[in-house]
Amino acid sequence: MAQATSPPEVVRESGQARRYNSDAAGLGRLRAGAFAAPALLLIAVFLVFPALWVLYLGLTNYRLTGIAAAEPQFVGLDNLISAVSDPTFWSSTWLTVQFVLGSAVIGQVGLGFAIAWLLRDRQGPLKRLVEGLVILAWILPSAIVSFLWVALLDRDGGTLNALLSTPQFAPLLDHPMLSIIVFNTWRGTAFSMMLYGAALGNVPPSHLESARLAGASGWQQLRDVVFPHIRGHILTNLLLISLWTFNDFTPFLLTAGGPDGQSEVLAVHVYKVALQGGELGYGAAVSTIILLINLVVAVFYLRLLRSKK
Amino acid sequence: MALRKRSMGVVAVLAASVVGLAACGQSSGGSGDAIELTITQNAIAGGKNAAGADFIANWVIPKFEAAQKAKGKDVKVKFVPSGVDDEQYKTKLSLDLKSGKGADVMDIDSIWAGEFAEAGYLKPLPDLVGAEADSWDGWAQIPEAVQGMAMYNGKKYALPVGTDGRVLYFNKTLFQKAGLPADWQPTSWQEILDAGTKLKSSGVPVPIQINAGTAMGEATSMQGVLPLLVGAGGEVQQNGKWTGASQPLKDALGLYQKIYGGGLGDPKLQQEAKGRDKSFQQFAEGKIGILLEGDYFWRSVINPAEGVAKMADRDQSVGYAMIPAMEPGKGIKGQDFVSMSGGSLRAVNPNSEHPKEAFELATFTLSPEALKEETKDGNVRITPRTDVNKDILAGEPLMTFISEKVLPVTAFRPPVAVYPQVSVALQEATAAVVSGTAPDQAAADYQKKLEGIVGGAGNIAS
Repeated sequence: MAQATSPPEVVRESGQARRYNSDAAGLGRLRAGAFAAPALLLIAVFLVFPALWVLYLGLTNYRLTGIAAAEPQFVGLDNLISAVSDPTFWSSTWLTVQFVLGSAVIGQVGLGFAIAWLLRDRQGPLKRLVEGLVILAWILPSAIVSFLWVALLDRDGGTLNALLSTPQFAPLLDHPMLSIIVFNTWRGTAFSMMLYGAALGNVPPSHLESARLAGASGWQQLRDVVFPHIRGHILTNLLLISLWTFNDFTPFLLTAGGPDGQSEVLAVHVYKVALQGGELGYGAAVSTIILLINLVVAVFYLRLLRSKK
Repeated sequence: MALRKRSMGVVAVLAASVVGLAACGQSSGGSGDAIELTITQNAIAGGKNAAGADFIANWVIPKFEAAQKAKGKDVKVKFVPSGVDDEQYKTKLSLDLKSGKGADVMDIDSIWAGEFAEAGYLKPLPDLVGAEADSWDGWAQIPEAVQGMAMYNGKKYALPVGTDGRVLYFNKTLFQKAGLPADWQPTSWQEILDAGTKLKSSGVPVPIQINAGTAMGEATSMQGVLPLLVGAGGEVQQNGKWTGASQPLKDALGLYQKIYGGGLGDPKLQQEAKGRDKSFQQFAEGKIGILLEGDYFWRSVINPAEGVAKMADRDQSVGYAMIPAMEPGKGIKGQDFVSMSGGSLRAVNPNSEHPKEAFELATFTLSPEALKEETKDGNVRITPRTDVNKDILAGEPLMTFISEKVLPVTAFRPPVAVYPQVSVALQEATAAVVSGTAPDQAAADYQKKLEGIVGGAGNIAS
C-alpha cells in the first residue's frame, strides 16, 4: 500500500549495487523462492485459477440449472458475440461509466479532497466530528447502510418525503442512477478524504508560504504547489476507487438494478444473468469483458503514474 | 551445518502451512451415531410463511424425533429457515445442490422440477430411496393432476405438498363506497375495468392491482399475465409448440395497457424492488380495490393471526370472485372462468447421507395427522391428500370455493425445463407495456426473445 501511494523511484545504478539490493536478506534464490512459494500458491489457487476458469466457462453454455448444468457444451465465442451485440450489455456498460465518473471520480475524489483541503490546518472537535461522520459512512456494513437509504428514499413513508412533505416522490424509481451515485459518493468519500489528508500533510509548508508571499491566489497555490506534490496520490487514488466502484455490487441493494434495468451496472448485470437467470456461461463471458476493461483502466492509470515529468 | 538447519526450517514452515490449509478444508464430522437431518423451506418464524416455519419447528421436529426414538433410532432434525423472494430462494438452492450440499429435505416450486432434474440436482425417488418411494400409502390419496406436478418424464422426483388456485380479491368496504355489490362476480374483463373506473371516481388510490414487471418475478406470471392469457384463450405452450405474438397475448397485454395506461393501476408499484410486498400492505390498508392473487394471499398475507399484512376484519371485508375470461366462453377450452395453479414439492436431496430417513421425514410431514395439525387454527390450505381435504376444507369458505369452483377450471404451467426463461420473457413484455410500449410491439419483442430461448422459430406456433 505504502509503495503504491508514492510514485516508485526506479533505481538505476551499477550492476553490483543492484545485485546486492535484489538479495538484501542474503537468502539466495532457492530459499527466497521457498519463502515466497506459499504466497504464490495461494495466489495461484485463489486468483489465477478462478480467472482462467472464468475464461473457460465463458466459452461454454454452462447454466445453473437444466441440461446444460449437467453437460455443458463448448460454444466458442458465441457468448462474447451475443454479449457485445446485446443492447442491455451496452446500456449496463454506459451506466457503469456514469456510475464511476459520477460517484468515484467526481463525487468521492472531489468531496474527499474538498474535505481534506478545508480541514488541513484545523484541529479540535469540528475536524474530529466531520472525519468521524465521513468514516462512519465508510465502515458500516453495506446491508445496513443500504437498508437505511431505502428507508430514506422510499416512496411511501420515506424519511426524505416526510421531511420535504413531498408525498409519492420516488427517487429510487424516477432517478435511480442519481440515487446510487449520491449514495456511493456518501459511502466512499472517507477513503479519498483520508488519503488526501495524509498527502496534504506531505506538502512542505514552506513552499505554500513562499507561494503566498509571492501573491499566489488559493487556486494558484493548489495548482502550482499542491497538485504537483500529490500527483502520485491522486492517480493511485483514482485507480483504486475507479476499480472498486466499477466492480461495486452495493447498488443492487438499493434498486436491484431497476426499474427495468435503469440502474443495472455491470456488476449487477452479471449477477442477474448468471445467478438469477442461471446463464453461468454467458455471465462468465461478460465477466471476462469486465476483467479486460479493468485491465485497460489499470494500465491507463499506471502509465500516467510512470510518466513522471 | 547452519545452512542445512535453516533449510530444514523452511521446509518445516512450508509443511506446517500445508497441514494448516488441509485442516481448513476438513469439515467437522458428525457426532456419535446420531443421524442428523436438515429440512428447509422458504419460511421463517415471524416472517414469510411463519405458520409453516412454526409448524416444522414446534410439531414436526419433536414428533418425528420421538417417533424415530421409539423405533430405536437417534435422529436429530434441524430446520433451516429462509424468508426471501422465491427467485432468490431458487438461486440459493441451485447453488447448494450444485456444490453437493444443501438440506436433506427441501421444498421447491413444482415448476423448478424439470430444470433441477435435468441438471442432475434431483434424482427419481425410487433410485434414491428404493421401493419405499412407490409404496408410500399417501400416493393413493393424491389426485393425478397434483401427482403430475412432482413428475418429470414419467418419473416421480418429489412429493407434492399441495396445490392452489387464483381468484380476484376485492375490498368490500371500498366497493360499497363505490356503489358496487358485495357479491361481485365479473363475467368479462370489461366488467373489471368498469368496477375499476367506479372505484377510481370514489377516491380509491389504486383501483386494480394485477402484477406486472420483472421485479415481482414469477408472481407476475402466475398472478398476472398467465391467468389473462388463458382468459383470452391462449396458453404459453400448446401441443409442444410455444405461443408467440398471438392474439390472446396481445389481448392480455392490452388489458395491462388499459389498467396502467388508464390510471386504474399504479405503474410504479410494478417497478419497485419490493412492489409485491407493498401491494400486500396497501391492500391490507384499504388502498387497493381489486387484487389478483392466489389463496396464499388469504392464508399467509392477510391472515388476521399469522399474516405478513394482517387484516383483522378479513372475513368480513374481503370478497373474492373467480377470474373471468375476456368475454364469456372466450377462455381456454371455451371456459367462462379461468385460473392458474401451481404448488410446492418436497424433495429429497440426492446429496443426503441418509436418504431413507430424509424420505421418511418428508412423508411424515405429509401424513394425515401432520397435515391436519398444520392446517388447524385457520391455516387451511389445499393439501395433496383428498382424505385430508375432505375434513379440513369444510369449515373454510374461501378454500372450499377454490377447491369446488376454481380448481375445475384451472390450468397448469408447462412442466419443461425451459419454462422459467420463457416466464421471464413474459414478465419483460408486461414491464414494457406498463411503461408505455404498445401491446403489439411488446408481443413482437416477446416472440423475438422466445425464438432465442426455445431454439428457433420452428418451435413456435405461427
